[in-house]
Amino acid sequence: MSVTLRINPIACTGHGMCAELLPEVIELDRWGYPVVVSPAIPRPLLDHARRAVQACPRLALLVEERAGKHR
Amino acid sequence: MTALMPVPALTARTARRIPRLLAGLGHPPGLAGHEHAYGPLRVPPRRPGRLIDVVEASGLTGRGGAGYPAGRKMRAVAVAPGRKTVVANGAEGEPASGKDRLLLTRLPHLVLDGIALAVQAVGADEAYLCVHGTDGALLGHLERAVAEREAAGLDPLPVQVTGIPGRYVSSEQSSIVQYLNGGPAKPTFSPPRPHERGVHGQPTLVHNVETLAHLALIARRGDHWFRGAGLPSAPGTMLVTVSGAVRRPGVYEIEMGTTAGEVITLAGGPAVRLQALLTGGYFGTWLPAETAWPAPLTHAGLRAVGGSLGAGIVVAWPAGACPLAETARVVRYMAEESAGQCGPCRFGLPALADALAALAFSGGREGAIDGIAELLPLVERRGACRHPDGVAQLVRSLFTAFPADAHWHQWQGACGGVRRPPLLPLPGDEERDWNWG
Repeated sequence: MSVTLRINPIACTGHGMCAELLPEVIELDRWGYPVVVSPAIPRPLLDHARRAVQACPRLALLVEERAGKHR
Repeated sequence: MTALMPVPALTARTARRIPRLLAGLGHPPGLAGHEHAYGPLRVPPRRPGRLIDVVEASGLTGRGGAGYPAGRKMRAVAVAPGRKTVVANGAEGEPASGKDRLLLTRLPHLVLDGIALAVQAVGADEAYLCVHGTDGALLGHLERAVAEREAAGLDPLPVQVTGIPGRYVSSEQSSIVQYLNGGPAKPTFSPPRPHERGVHGQPTLVHNVETLAHLALIARRGDHWFRGAGLPSAPGTMLVTVSGAVRRPGVYEIEMGTTAGEVITLAGGPAVRLQALLTGGYFGTWLPAETAWPAPLTHAGLRAVGGSLGAGIVVAWPAGACPLAETARVVRYMAEESAGQCGPCRFGLPALADALAALAFSGGREGAIDGIAELLPLVERRGACRHPDGVAQLVRSLFTAFPADAHWHQWQGACGGVRRPPLLPLPGDEERDWNWG
C-alpha cells in the first residue's frame, strides 16, 4: 500500500499551512499555492502528513491510501 | 521551410469508404431525409447491452478530444447500479472547431439516434443534449428535431435540449454535470467522475455528439463495417475542421490515419506557402510543416511527432504570419476563459499571457524565453481540469516548432508578422458569454 498526498486545487486558497507543517514534501509557488514536490509520503512522515491534512483550513489537502493497482 | 510536399493521391478505394457521417448532407433535412440517407434505426434491439459489445469491438474512441474508448465508458455506466443519465456534449468550446455545430445543424437526427441508442444501452432514464445557450437558433432547431421524433414515437425517452454557458471550460464534462445539477458550468474536482456520480448523483455517460453519431451508424452496420475504414489501431472515420491558409476551409470527414498533408490537400491545398500546422486547437500543438505533413491523424500518430489530435482541428499556418503574436492572443483568451477556481490557473495563465505578449509584441529582452519556460511547470498538472495543461502544451510546442522566431523576438524585437490581421479565430467580446450559470 502506498500513501500519496493530493491537493484539491479548487478548495485550496493558498493559506500555506501545509508547507509550514510538511516542508519536506510541500513547497509554495510564487503565488503562495502548494506544490507537492514528491506525492508519495515516506512512512516516517505519515504522522506529519496527517497533521497537515487536519490543519488545512480549507480541507484541501488529501491523503490517499492506495492498495496495489489503481487505474 | 517546405511547402508543397508530394502527397499520395487519395485512392478510389478510399473515396468509396467515405463519406459516412456526412453522407446525409445531400439529403433533405428532417426525419424522412435522414432515414433515406442512412436507413431506419431499429430500436429497441432485443438486447440493448449487446450494442456495448459491438461498440467495444468496433474500436470507436471518443471524438471530443480525449480519445477514450467509447464502449468502455458506456460499460462503466451500464454496470453501475441505480438510475443513469446520458449527456450528449455538443457545446463545442473550441473556437477553431466547427464539426459539432455542422452535425447538429445539418444532421441532428444522426446525433439523436446515437442518444437513443446510448440511453437504451446503459439503461438511462434521462437524456440531455447540451449546446451553447447563446445559440438560440440552434436550440430551436434541435427542439424541433426532438419534437419530430417524439411525434414519430422514435425515442425511448424525450431528449432535453439544454443551453449551457458558452465558455471554453464549460464544455468539459464535469462542468456540464455541475451545471445540470444546478451549479455553475465550471469543472469540478475528481473523483467522483461523471460515470461514477454525475447528473442528479446518477452514473452519467457523457459522450461528444460526433461519438454518438458514429454510434448511430455502428448500430446499423456493425463493428466490421466500422473497421473497414481507418487503421486497425485507430478504426473508423472522424470529422476534422480545417482552417487557415487553405483554399477550401471547412469540415471534412476523413479516415483515421489520413496524413495531415492529405487533409490539407482535401481542403483545396495550401493557399500560400505554409510554414506550420496547428493541430488539436488551443489545447493543441504547433508542428513545423515538414514534421506534420506525413503524420497520420490519430492520437498516437500525432503524439509520435510531438503533436496532438484533440477534436480534429487543423490550422494551416502561412509563412510570414507570426505564431508568437497569435499564440500570445490565444493564451490571453484562454487566461480569461479560466474558471479562476484553481490558484495556479488563475494566476499562472495571466502571467503566461503577459510574458508571451511582452516577447511577441515588445521583445528585445534577455531572459524573456527563460521566464516563460519557468512559468510552465507552475501551471502544468496543477488544476482540477486540463485547462492549464492544454495551454502549457500549446506554449511548449510554440518554442519547439519556432525556436528561431522566438530568439528573433527576444533579441531583435517584434517581427513584421505581428501587424498582420489575426488568423486564429477568437470570439469577439460581444459574442462571448461571460456568465457561468
